[in-house]
This record gives sequence, structure tokens and C-alpha cells, in this order.
Amino acid sequence: MTVRVQTEDFDAGFEISQLRKARKDIGAVVSFVGLVRDLNDGDAVSQLTLEHYPGMTEKSLAAIITQAQTRWRIMDALIVHRVGTLQPGDQIVLVLVSSAHRGDAFAACEFMMDYLKTEAPFWKKEATPEGEHWVEAKETDDDARERWNIKH
Amino acid sequence: MKIKLFYFARLKESLKYSTEDLELADSAEAWTVLKLKAHLAKRGDVWGQMLMGKLKVRAAINHELVHDNAPIADGDEVAFFPPVTGG
Repeated sequence: MTVRVQTEDFDAGFEISQLRKARKDIGAVVSFVGLVRDLNDGDAVSQLTLEHYPGMTEKSLAAIITQAQTRWRIMDALIVHRVGTLQPGDQIVLVLVSSAHRGDAFAACEFMMDYLKTEAPFWKKEATPEGEHWVEAKETDDDARERWNIKH
Repeated sequence: MKIKLFYFARLKESLKYSTEDLELADSAEAWTVLKLKAHLAKRGDVWGQMLMGKLKVRAAINHELVHDNAPIADGDEVAFFPPVTGG
């Protein structure tokens, strides 16, 4: 289980090969890659700056992996999140989950992203033709997280 | 008691503070996140707007997200920031 917060870009293919290395019991690896879009809520975005809370960020991401481990049978997980200045088309976040069967990895990966969106201390600032502004948190992200708490 | 404070994102920019050490007077009523926000809001308009106004403010104590009624202890690291927008 690994978390990294970094300014540098990442290579999902390389990270998957690292996750698979020296294990022959993995049946599935699910990956999610989040990207910077050039359009958000109708605004043209020319640049994105990500700030975070060093120390809390790493603990929060590790806690999200721990929660996923208690709910699904996962073998390994990796979260890489970039900070600093990014351009449209750049990669922001990578989540990898490995498991014996795909069901656990799919669910855990989505769960981890939904929790990351609402609990990990990152903040985005967008540069648009009208100037810079902080991105507002979305209620749909809270809803996405809450659905994991509904008992079926 | 002494605490360390951190501000992030919009709060950091508007308050023009990223971190500070703060001495809080002992009182009969224990210090909570809400009491600290009200205390800081007395510093002036922008402090009141940022901490006690319409904007949502999240708080963390020692790197854990907490609610307004969470107690603050000597040596704690307290942080204020807007709802998170990572991912």
C-alpha cells in the first residue's frame, strides 16, 4: 500500500508493472487516472494550481486505502496525487487496486476516488480568461461518497 | 495553552496568514473549534467573513477532520480550510 504526493508526472503503465512485480496471485488490476480538463462549469481553463496540506494529505490517503481494505478483498493499492501547477490534458491523480477477482478491485477503486474527492485536503485554483478563482466543492461529490454508506 | 494554526486555499489568501502560533487563555469553558473560530473572527471583517460567514469552513485537529464542537488541547495543530476539491 503506497501513497505519494508529488509535482512530477506519473506513468500508469510503469506503476502497474511495479504493483504486479513478484506476485503471481493477482487476477485483476483496476486503474483510475484523473485529468485536467480545458473546460469546467462553462469556463475555459488555461491552468490549474493544486494546493494541499502536507502531513494530513498523506495520512488521509492512507486512511482511505485502509477503509477500502476493510470492505473488499484487495491485495495492494497505490494512490499518486500531483500538486503544483498543471495544464489542461495533464494527469492529476492515479489510483491502482489489485485483487484476485475484478469485482473487489472495481468497487475499491471507485470507493477510494469518491472518498479522496471529499476527504483528502487538496484545493484547486483555476486560471480562466476572467482571472483566477478557487474551485467550489460539488454536492454531487458528497452524494457519490454517501452512497457507499447506504445499507442494502 | 499554546496551539499551532494553519490556513489553506481561499482562507490563506484572504487572511494573508498561512500559519501562526497562538496562545489561548485558560477559561472555565473548554476551547472548541467553534470557540476558536469566534475568537479569531474578532480580529476584523475579513476574519469574521472567512471563519463565521456564509462560506463553508472545514477544520482539522492534528490532521483529522473534526466538527465545530471538537475540543482543542494544548499543543494541538489546528487547521482551517474550505471544502476540499482534489482528484
